[in-house]
Amino acid sequence: MRRKSILAIGAAACGLLFSAVQGDAQETHIGGLTGNVRRGEKLYDRFCVFCHGARGDGTGENAPYMDPRPRDFTLGTFICRSTPSGSLPLDTDLYDTLGRGLISSGMPSWNPLTRQQRTDLVAYVKSFSPRFATEKPAAPVEIPEEPPASADSVKRGAQLFQSLGCSGCHGKEGRGNGPAAPSLTDNKGRPISPFDFTSGTRFKCGQSGRELFRDVMTGLDGTPMPSFKDAVKPEQLWDLVHYLETLPAKGQQRASEGKPEPRNQ
Amino acid sequence: MNLDFRRITGIGLLALYCAVNNPLWAAPPADDAVVNGVVKFEGTVPQPSHVDMAGDPQCAKVHPAGAMAEDILADDNGRLQNVIVFISAGLGDRTFDPPKDAATIEQNGCMYRPHVIAIEANQKLEVVNSDTTTHTVHVLPANNPAWDKPQPPGSPIEVTFSQPEVAVPVKCDLHPWMRGYVAVFKHPYFAVTGKNGSFELKNLPPGTYTIQAWHEKLGTATQEITIGASETKTLEFVFKPKPGS
Repeated sequence: MRRKSILAIGAAACGLLFSAVQGDAQETHIGGLTGNVRRGEKLYDRFCVFCHGARGDGTGENAPYMDPRPRDFTLGTFICRSTPSGSLPLDTDLYDTLGRGLISSGMPSWNPLTRQQRTDLVAYVKSFSPRFATEKPAAPVEIPEEPPASADSVKRGAQLFQSLGCSGCHGKEGRGNGPAAPSLTDNKGRPISPFDFTSGTRFKCGQSGRELFRDVMTGLDGTPMPSFKDAVKPEQLWDLVHYLETLPAKGQQRASEGKPEPRNQ
Repeated sequence: MNLDFRRITGIGLLALYCAVNNPLWAAPPADDAVVNGVVKFEGTVPQPSHVDMAGDPQCAKVHPAGAMAEDILADDNGRLQNVIVFISAGLGDRTFDPPKDAATIEQNGCMYRPHVIAIEANQKLEVVNSDTTTHTVHVLPANNPAWDKPQPPGSPIEVTFSQPEVAVPVKCDLHPWMRGYVAVFKHPYFAVTGKNGSFELKNLPPGTYTIQAWHEKLGTATQEITIGASETKTLEFVFKPKPGS
């Protein structure tokens, strides 16, 4: 064989080998940035391994002292997504979670890291689950334009809150004390509490009405919060969001009246 | 060799016989072997625990005295219900198309009916809510994506599972006593025992197989079997109580 052919074949083989070694998960893109798995691994070992563990399965040495426990990335199941229940998250979903952190958990906001660093971390986190190599995330849920938050919208939302079964977990007044609340467990069998909408704290995956809308549509995978995407029309869901947004004021009113907290409804 | 008429005919017939019965194109043996039998529990069947449905009046209406947990169900003769019996090895790399008909699992009286169901990969499974209360259908698979959907009364949900798994737990977060199992197979050779503990695997190709019995609490048991075309063989599986229970 001629030398040029050998060199060409050798170069092609190296190219193939390199791209195979680069990481099985499909490429990560955030805006114009591309995630680099090897850089992500170095960052992970510095910032993440203590909670999420060397195998990404949530068994870092801090994990036994934390509640909720750190996420097990090997399952490909993530709470905060813009995709329907059962689907993988988009790259931007993971990136946003890194930046925002997770309220009421030990997961802080990683905004002090640069955008490239966070993108690299997303690429590395994806490498823990084989699902990212073989599946594509589903299309994100549609969020229509928000209509005005009228009194009628709030009233309809209150009715929806009952008819959709939300009170079973979240309680009649959205205080997180429904009859099913004490028995709820996450996907690792650990007890987990439903959100108290009267508390006024931010939601697990954001703080805006739009994010609340999205969360009800996608469900929070890994928790008992289901995806209401097929159970309700998108226009109706804005009514529910408007109702839920009135609940923190009720919580404040209750606190100012010094009423005791009932254990359970 | 002196090729007279008789020799030629003899050789010709021999050649014809060999041609017809050549394994390269002869008709394969029929897939009609059967493995059947019974699954039994040895020892005293533990008393099922009582389920209080007071948390949801719509469930309590159907079961005013509550209900019994269904995790170990056996009759007075120890015949075990809800055991999945299936071929776990020996089919090689044969592939099978899933059935076109959907299977159905129902939420009725705030219990899953059936408690254990077995389907094929990519076969449609219809989840039906026959109750007057909302359920959530929350699956927790190990080999398939996990998902969680609410189901108000009467609105059907249709799903599939693409990967084999024995078995996917299903629960309802609103009614914590509810527990069901969906087993998913890439072949049609499975059965779930009824009240009489019996199973039948039909239309098996001849071969050597590992047959496994799976129970949600008592674990698994396996047996090897070699079966020829048109044969019927009978197996018995016996489960003992788990140590410490």
